[in-house]
Amino acid sequence: MKRNLFGIQCFGNYLLLMLILFISAPLQAQTEKYNMTRGATDISQQVYDLHMAIFYICCVIGAIVFALMFWSIVYHRKSKGAKAAQFHGSLKVELLWTAIPVVILVVMAIPASKTLIAMEDASKADLTVLVTGSQWKWHYKYMEYPIEYYSMLATPRDQIDNLAEKTELYLRDVDKPLVLPTGKKIRFLVTADDVIHAWWVPAFAIKKDANPGFINETWTKVDKPGIYRGQCAELCGKDHGFMPVVVDVRAPEEFDRWAAEQVELQAQAKADAEKAAQQTQSMEELMALGQKTYEIHCAMCHQISGEGLAGAIPALKGSVMVTQDIAAHIHIVVFGKPATAMQAFGKQLTTSELAAVITYERNAWGNNTGDLVQVADVAAAIEAGE
Amino acid sequence: MVSHRLLVRKLVLICIAMFGFGFALVPLYDVFCRYTGINGKTENTAAPASRRVDESREISVEFLANRDPAVPWSFAPEIPSISVHPGQVKIVNFLVENLSGVATIGRAVPSVSPGEAARYFKKIECFCFVEQPLDAHQGKAMPVQFYIDPDLPSHFTTITLSYRLYNNTPQTVGR
Amino acid sequence: MSTENSNVLDINNDHHADERDHKPKGITRWLYTTNHKDIGTLYLLFALLMLFIGGSLAMVIRAELFQPGLQFVDPHFFNQMTTVHGLVMVFGAIMPAFVGLANWMVPMMIGAPDMALPRMNNWSFWILPFSFFILLSTLFMEGGGPAAGWTFYAPLSTTYSNDSTAFFVFSVHLLGISSIMGAMNVIVTIFNLRAPGMTWMKMPLFVWTWLITAFLLIAVMPVLAGTVTMVLTDKYFGTSFFNAAGGGDPVLFQHIFWFFGHPEVYIMILPAFGIVSSIIPTFARKPLFGYDSMVIATASIAFLSFIVWAHHMFTTGMPVAAELFFMYTTMLIAVPTGVKVFNWVATMWRGSMTFETPMMFAVAFIVLFTIGGLSGLMLAIIPADFQYQDTYFVVAHFHYVLVTGALFGIISGVYFWIPKWTGVMYSERLGQWHFWCSLISVNMLFFPMHFVGLAGMPRRIPDYALQFADMNAFISIGGALFGLSQLIFVWCVVRCMRRKGEKASTQVWEGAHGLEWEIPSPAPYHTFQTPPQVK
Repeated sequence: MKRNLFGIQCFGNYLLLMLILFISAPLQAQTEKYNMTRGATDISQQVYDLHMAIFYICCVIGAIVFALMFWSIVYHRKSKGAKAAQFHGSLKVELLWTAIPVVILVVMAIPASKTLIAMEDASKADLTVLVTGSQWKWHYKYMEYPIEYYSMLATPRDQIDNLAEKTELYLRDVDKPLVLPTGKKIRFLVTADDVIHAWWVPAFAIKKDANPGFINETWTKVDKPGIYRGQCAELCGKDHGFMPVVVDVRAPEEFDRWAAEQVELQAQAKADAEKAAQQTQSMEELMALGQKTYEIHCAMCHQISGEGLAGAIPALKGSVMVTQDIAAHIHIVVFGKPATAMQAFGKQLTTSELAAVITYERNAWGNNTGDLVQVADVAAAIEAGE
Repeated sequence: MVSHRLLVRKLVLICIAMFGFGFALVPLYDVFCRYTGINGKTENTAAPASRRVDESREISVEFLANRDPAVPWSFAPEIPSISVHPGQVKIVNFLVENLSGVATIGRAVPSVSPGEAARYFKKIECFCFVEQPLDAHQGKAMPVQFYIDPDLPSHFTTITLSYRLYNNTPQTVGR
Repeated sequence: MSTENSNVLDINNDHHADERDHKPKGITRWLYTTNHKDIGTLYLLFALLMLFIGGSLAMVIRAELFQPGLQFVDPHFFNQMTTVHGLVMVFGAIMPAFVGLANWMVPMMIGAPDMALPRMNNWSFWILPFSFFILLSTLFMEGGGPAAGWTFYAPLSTTYSNDSTAFFVFSVHLLGISSIMGAMNVIVTIFNLRAPGMTWMKMPLFVWTWLITAFLLIAVMPVLAGTVTMVLTDKYFGTSFFNAAGGGDPVLFQHIFWFFGHPEVYIMILPAFGIVSSIIPTFARKPLFGYDSMVIATASIAFLSFIVWAHHMFTTGMPVAAELFFMYTTMLIAVPTGVKVFNWVATMWRGSMTFETPMMFAVAFIVLFTIGGLSGLMLAIIPADFQYQDTYFVVAHFHYVLVTGALFGIISGVYFWIPKWTGVMYSERLGQWHFWCSLISVNMLFFPMHFVGLAGMPRRIPDYALQFADMNAFISIGGALFGLSQLIFVWCVVRCMRRKGEKASTQVWEGAHGLEWEIPSPAPYHTFQTPPQVK
């Protein structure tokens, strides 16, 4: 008698727990910390709904199976005096519990297929952006405007190394986000410069692999302005966790204003670079710009101390490369070293930055070669080519 | 005593066959890609001439030029996009200039998006079929002559042709 | 100890044991053995060692992920940790453990005197320590070991890797050869050495699942061999399988790898299904429900496993038709798997159950593997998968099926069979402690991973944004507790190996049926020298 009550209590508790979980599920689903985001687009909402639907189905299936199991564990135990039945099987039952899951799956597959087909239709876009992943940053190029730029992690090295307190946007912020207009269908052409990366923005329910040598396409249409953050979603080497995606979606008029501004800025930067090419800089000017450039672009691998990473990243402090042949030094910075993580920075930095960072490397950390590398020297190296 | 030899031989043959199958997946993949357009691969050989033109539709064809960082060339399409009728033959040039003082050889790899449209993108002549050498400071226009197969399903309205230019000069091919 | 409510019977005396029990002595016994029991023991002890090595690597990962920021290791080393942890656990712990169980139990279950190819059996084992020595030594080389994940996608693993790739490829080739030889041995043994009367449909389910697993192994391990060979030649010999510049395609790597990789994960679970199918009927004192159906379901799973591989590649940019095909086949594979779960529950239903340690682990397997399987079903829904892929949601899924699935299956098998191997009962008190500590800590470790994955945390990152901090700290603690809990298991096993414990009877468990429960405990060195007649 006592044992029976205990069993009923156990089972009752189990049912109560299930009930609480079910009722609270919609509330829990609100919490961004535990659940997928609803996102900012029609598609992302559909994806969220599919996710919740399959989740609830799984919960129901699990609850039923586990309820039967626990009932059995409580009531069909030898200590309760249960006698084992000797049935071997039942064809009817087998067919039933094969057919019913198939039906459930077909029911799930229909809306899933519909949403997938919609997600893969990038036609009739209003705006196209070429997204290029490389180790370890993103590059955005607008096809309809002469605007292109790199987008890199903005979190200072100090925070990562636990030397400074981490700010709210730790590892989630970039220097130049991708800016897009609301209400327009935007097509993304995704590719990579070196290894496979993946461009992921949860709020748009977009995740597309960036394959080197090939383009993939995807699209979105964002209705709400805002800042949406994502990350690289394919292991791409050492700093895979340090190349976030930030998309700043603005009202169309604001976007147009930004675009016009950018076109001007980029034209201005080009003109500045050309002017700088004619001038010579002083050691102080080169070192100042060089240090800034080094910290943003080089320190991730070669370290602020210039000591690199034994066995993986060469040290620059006291190294032959940066203290001996200037032409070879310029060459490796501009053209990179094929088949290694040393990229070709000629594509990414202006000639002024290149000249400055090379000068900095030749004189920092006690290297003190006294060499000044000017823009003209860099241009000459590009002329000399491979 | 039971002899295991026959069965062991069969199993070893299966193993060898599967090892070969792993390698056979390489050409199989290419064939499959060509048929379904995975990764937007196009043929590497000239397509036959177009037979008819479908005046009722217009397809917007966009051009992208991506340059591998190790190539010291400038690389850009002459025009960013063009509107064509399926079946209509067009020639578009991609302009390259060797910015360095050293002769270099480039090789362009095409990719079409959406992938499913790739097999309808017919190239009669393409600079991507062969390597392209350029002397120091030399520039040239590299043409691609193409048409869109009129059998292209109706839901496609925009096709993007992207080339990635690699440096194939012997001493710089990376290891 | 034979109370009414236990499964353990009184001792049986067997006077012929001494004659069949002559064992060689010394270290050469272990180096040259061709005895399936010895080789089974070698595999199991090796797997246990690798479990702790792989676990230590995981502890480095969890230590770094305990808090945001980089505290202990640099990102390149972290990537080596995740890579080698995966390789060691898959190829060094789970697979050898299953082979060890096969070696010990399959001959006895079918009434065979030993495996069909005993000398090849010895080689199959001894390749393993050699291969892992090579793999693990790369961690100490300059530049470090492989760091492209256990899935080593190209071109990260080819053009952008260091020279540890050559050692890695060599090691994988050796592991493949070991697995293939082991699988061939299992197939030939089961085909040719079954005792008279042991028809196909009388074989225990563990034998069936291992037979099907062995076919999967010989089908796909050669494909892995091809894959790593292509990686080697792309890196060192100028081929361009995966290099776009030379006319190749990085996505091709993923197709070939996952053609191996998906059947591989079924290789890692089917034997566990067999173990659970042995344990539940024993402790429920009831025959397995739907034996025929279970065999068909296992074969269906194996067949379907060949046509789902691209569900690991939904974000690579496949045509819609291909995506839909793989979504449907992946959803379909849930059906035979579900059938198996239902059959186990039906076996429990109206049984007369007792809950010794093997049964506890087997029941936990059913519940937790089902959770892993259901999260797998969620992953099959492509639009949702775009949000799950490469996040901790996937990490949660595969750890549920591999740890609370495969590993718990192995552990329950060890508790179940160790009285037969050693002749003594393990300590039930220690077993229960091991069980409850493991159950609680493993869920602390892996359940929250579902949440951080849904909230947006990618996998294979050494540092993360602040909103993931609390969960990661909790997870890391769970990991440490889970690791410590396994020490209880080691203690249990060592006690048995030193013959400390109550003597076990021939049948050992009240509900146990089968040829393996008709020979004395400990099983004599040579068993079934003359084949028994099976009715």
